[in-house]
Amino acid sequence: MKNSIISAEKLNLIFETADDDVVALKDVSLNIDEGEFVSFIGPSGCGKTTFLRAIASLEKPTSGNLTVNGSSPEDARKNRAYGYVFQAAGLYPWRNIYRNVSLPLEIMGYKKNEIPGIVEKVLKLVDLTGFEKKFPWQLSGGMQQRASIARALSFDADILLMDEPFGALDEIVRDHLNEQLLQLWKTTNKTICFVTHSIPEAVYLSTKIVVMSPRPGRIVDVIENTLPTDRPLEIRDSKEFISVSQRVREGLRSGHSYE
Amino acid sequence: MSENTFINYFKNSFLPILSIIIIIFAVWYIFTVYLNSSIQIDSYERQKIDWDFSDLVRDTMSQKKPLLPAPHQIVSEMWKTIFMIKITSKKSLIFHSYITLSSTLLGFTIGTILGIILAVSIVENKAMDASLMPWIIASQTIPILAIAPMIIIILNAFGLSGLLPKALISTYLSFFPIAVGMVKGLRSPELSYLDLMHTYNSSRLNIFWKLRLPSSVPYLFASMKVAIAISLVGAIVGELPTGAVAGLGARLLTGSYFGLTIQIWSALVMAAILAGTLIFILNFISRITLKRMGVQE
Repeated sequence: MKNSIISAEKLNLIFETADDDVVALKDVSLNIDEGEFVSFIGPSGCGKTTFLRAIASLEKPTSGNLTVNGSSPEDARKNRAYGYVFQAAGLYPWRNIYRNVSLPLEIMGYKKNEIPGIVEKVLKLVDLTGFEKKFPWQLSGGMQQRASIARALSFDADILLMDEPFGALDEIVRDHLNEQLLQLWKTTNKTICFVTHSIPEAVYLSTKIVVMSPRPGRIVDVIENTLPTDRPLEIRDSKEFISVSQRVREGLRSGHSYE
Repeated sequence: MSENTFINYFKNSFLPILSIIIIIFAVWYIFTVYLNSSIQIDSYERQKIDWDFSDLVRDTMSQKKPLLPAPHQIVSEMWKTIFMIKITSKKSLIFHSYITLSSTLLGFTIGTILGIILAVSIVENKAMDASLMPWIIASQTIPILAIAPMIIIILNAFGLSGLLPKALISTYLSFFPIAVGMVKGLRSPELSYLDLMHTYNSSRLNIFWKLRLPSSVPYLFASMKVAIAISLVGAIVGELPTGAVAGLGARLLTGSYFGLTIQIWSALVMAAILAGTLIFILNFISRITLKRMGVQE
């Protein structure tokens, strides 16, 4: 029996706006175990990003129960329990790649002599060795996103929260990064929450797929992925892959996501 | 490549600037003849001299106290007062420029520091934001010509005279663009940059040093360019009510007492050269700094 690392119970989150209240999350209950790779999929406005931000304590739930690493999201954030990768790489343009990756380490008060070794290690993990001195604009979109993943990995949090990290990249780069991410997850044993718009991406990467639907944002299906842990890119042509994809599609349809 | 760059530079930068300069000079000379001709014609008639148009053109450009001096008269006056006179002399334009420049730089430095301090307190403190901003804006609605003599007189009563009171008038003008620009710069980081800091549970101090301050640097340089130019204006204005002892402002004032238009114009041109040089230096520093901060060329 694995330990539960993130658990939500009857979570509601309502944004109050001038003309109407928007129910971003309605009665969301979910359990995520240590070491899982969970994808959140659904159309825009289904609350998948909001749920991720609630886990990260960047949004405050209106009601319900949410625990991260056994404590409140706020405390988890204070204990630096997670690394967050945003949709846009969000590298600070005035810092080179090395100093972008070392930013969280500086803030968290790592010793000066520890930092170079850590930066070197995580840049190697994302295959960016040799780019330390480059500024973000000198890198391609895919490389920037990899640097941003390295930054989130640098302080070795147990949880990695990723909000559509590859959404803005073309399919070829995305395939490559998916493969690398899977490798990274296997070697680091982190728990990953991954928001995406893409069915193949969700099925290829995850151990668990959470299908969400908008108005109000809610979970319509939670699919345990039966694919083997060893996943070459070709697995996406297998029967099993297609049948899992179909179930995701059905989930989306039942939530009226295509309307 | 170098030849090409040179030709391109010539085409794109040098040629347009040159043509504008030629046009300005042509118009200037035309106006010199036009504006100075009535006095010249009067003097011809009083002395009962026969004259033709070429006499008129020649003589309007060599009057002692012309309404509008010709460019070459200004250049020769400047040559005389810059290179032919010892710089310790009260007639040297370099001496006067130095006086004005020193109060400009002192005032600009104080103004920049003051502007940054105000901006930081406005951004970091809500009460400061509400209470300070209206006063900062109101301070600039008062015409500097009206308040400059007051500042000088009041500071004199406190025993302050010489460089500092003049510099404070520059400060009065220059802190404003710095404060406004810095407030905008310190507030410029995108929401996602701030969110990132929150995920690290970063302290306000760290957010300030590692995010807000670096984001504000381009804004600071843009404001400094405005501030240094008006610091010069402030220094000149500050020299007017002090009895016009020294400085470019003094040259303007004595020039206008005695109708020495050539002296006035050469002081004006000198002020323009000073302002241009100061902005050029600032531009240079700004480009190097921003390049080191990874700004794309």
